[in-house]
Amino acid sequence: MTLWQEIKEGTVISFAALRANKLRSGLTTLGIVIGIVTVTLMATAIQGLNGAFRKSISSMGSDTLFIKRFSWFNDSREAWLKSYRRPLITLDQIEALSRQATLIKAITPFSGCRLPVTYKNRTSRSVSVLGCNEQFVNIGGNTIAEGRFFNAAEANGGRPICTIGSGVATNLFPNISPLGKKIRVGGTTVEIVGIMAQQGNFLGAFSLDNQVIVPMRYYTLAFQHDADYEIQIRVASMEHIEDSKEEIRGILRKLRHVPPSVEDNFAINQQEMFIATFNRVGGIIASAGLFITGLSLFVGGIGIMNIMFVSVAERTKEIGIRKAIGAKRRTILMQFLTEAAGICLFAGLLGLAIAFPVTLVISQFLPATLSLPIVGLAVGVSLLTGIVSGFLPAWRAARMNPVDALRND
Amino acid sequence: MALLQLTKISRRYVMGSETIHALREIDVSIERGEYVAIMGPSGSGKSTLMNLLGCLDTPSSGEFHLNGSDVSRMDDNQLAELRNREIGFVFQSFHLLPRSDALHNVELPLIYSGMPPARRRQRALEVLDHVGLGDRVHHKPNEMSGGQRQRVAIARALVNNPSILLADEPTGNLDSRTGDEIMVLFEELWRKGNTIILVTHEEVVARHARRIIRLHDGLIASDEPSLGVSALHAVGKS
Repeated sequence: MTLWQEIKEGTVISFAALRANKLRSGLTTLGIVIGIVTVTLMATAIQGLNGAFRKSISSMGSDTLFIKRFSWFNDSREAWLKSYRRPLITLDQIEALSRQATLIKAITPFSGCRLPVTYKNRTSRSVSVLGCNEQFVNIGGNTIAEGRFFNAAEANGGRPICTIGSGVATNLFPNISPLGKKIRVGGTTVEIVGIMAQQGNFLGAFSLDNQVIVPMRYYTLAFQHDADYEIQIRVASMEHIEDSKEEIRGILRKLRHVPPSVEDNFAINQQEMFIATFNRVGGIIASAGLFITGLSLFVGGIGIMNIMFVSVAERTKEIGIRKAIGAKRRTILMQFLTEAAGICLFAGLLGLAIAFPVTLVISQFLPATLSLPIVGLAVGVSLLTGIVSGFLPAWRAARMNPVDALRND
Repeated sequence: MALLQLTKISRRYVMGSETIHALREIDVSIERGEYVAIMGPSGSGKSTLMNLLGCLDTPSSGEFHLNGSDVSRMDDNQLAELRNREIGFVFQSFHLLPRSDALHNVELPLIYSGMPPARRRQRALEVLDHVGLGDRVHHKPNEMSGGQRQRVAIARALVNNPSILLADEPTGNLDSRTGDEIMVLFEELWRKGNTIILVTHEEVVARHARRIIRLHDGLIASDEPSLGVSALHAVGKS
């Protein structure tokens, strides 16, 4: 008998056996179904989380540096408290840095606060109001969709103009073009000259489109006088990003009077730090999540093993008959392995059928879909579970002595 | 060489600290075309001998040649192959697969020997027809009478054209009339050239055979020809 014939014959036999024990098979299957559903959903959610993160993070631009008093990630609370006592970054320092740095393409001071924004009778209660200069539009994912960004003269002159994010545009101007309209921001009135392209949200936490961008000069006059400025810089080239960082570091140390051998009183942050941290944390979450959901699959596998032992014991006589008339060890082994794998495969497909609509619900929150690799993984894992948990019972059946097996009643 | 050649065959079972000698250095030789009954009270080694003859078990010592091949040195898988090819079993309690119909039960040995589906189906139908069950091929064992079940078992035993038909108390679970019918079928099969070995403790059944081997305490007590009771059934002597 060839392997193929054995599997074919095994499939026929196991179908008959499953039909004969519908309730028992159904209950056993349930364990694997639950296991596959949870593993599939967990894998989909993790994939979705990764996707959401990468999408959000890509809006920052990999060639963008974010210089602040604080590092994005602190090793300890002490480190954070220490950086809290650092002197503020001033507009003069940014101005000087902008003049001296050679390895950069664009630089802007950056500050923000949250204010209500009103057009006629429509109000958005909390909008990010950002101050920056004309180079902002050359950094990261910031692009203009309609109208224009303000120019250098406007940035320094402090005219009350702004560009708005697409979120603000749809909220306040549902039917008309916002261009040229005047909106109330905080207690002041500014004119809209452009609309930013849609960016989505950042890690699902806040919208990047719910913003009003005004020239830095106007921002300091109207909203915040001595802000804690951030510097956003686009480096000249990705290849020499480390040189750029080194140059900026040197200039800033001088400007901020940091003595030699004392650590920086500012931090140069970049997207890569986010990715590194996310990969570390995300990796731990993913493995922990898959491990925990994998446990339910493991429990399901034990159920299969248990039921296969029962099945083998119940069919001892059948095994004896089959061996007496010429079934070899391998044939019997394949018969029971096929049965176990068949139950699990069926359970896996059922699990996928249940998980699919749930992933559609998840996709409302995360960019997650039941992808082909996950389907393949689920099918593979369920087959493997069947083979692993079926092996011991099948091996016991295959090694049975026909004389003893036939005597069994 | 004889079809079955047993030389100084012993079979010992170890049970805890005790060793049971089920067979003690017996010599048996059976030629092709013989009709042999093996008799003996329980504990005489009758079942042990049947298991050895059926290649379900191997001897503790001695040599056993079946159709030229040395059985005593075979492993599990070789024995399975040999049983499939050389031996047709008929058991007291039929030992059919309960969930399969007559056809599939008869096909089973052919499945294990790897015969293609169309051919094995044809062959199985042929044999079922031969034992008088041509109209019952899709009945399951529990839908058939004892006699019909035993006929299915006989069909299954014959389907691979084995060298030996090995029957263990084939009438033990049947009423006497049905039992007689089965014995008539055996008689026919023997006349067609099949080698039949009958294991029984019933004198009436054993007398159908042409040779009776009696076992006692693991030894051969007697081995003599018999007239064959079928003469009394007026089937006609050859």
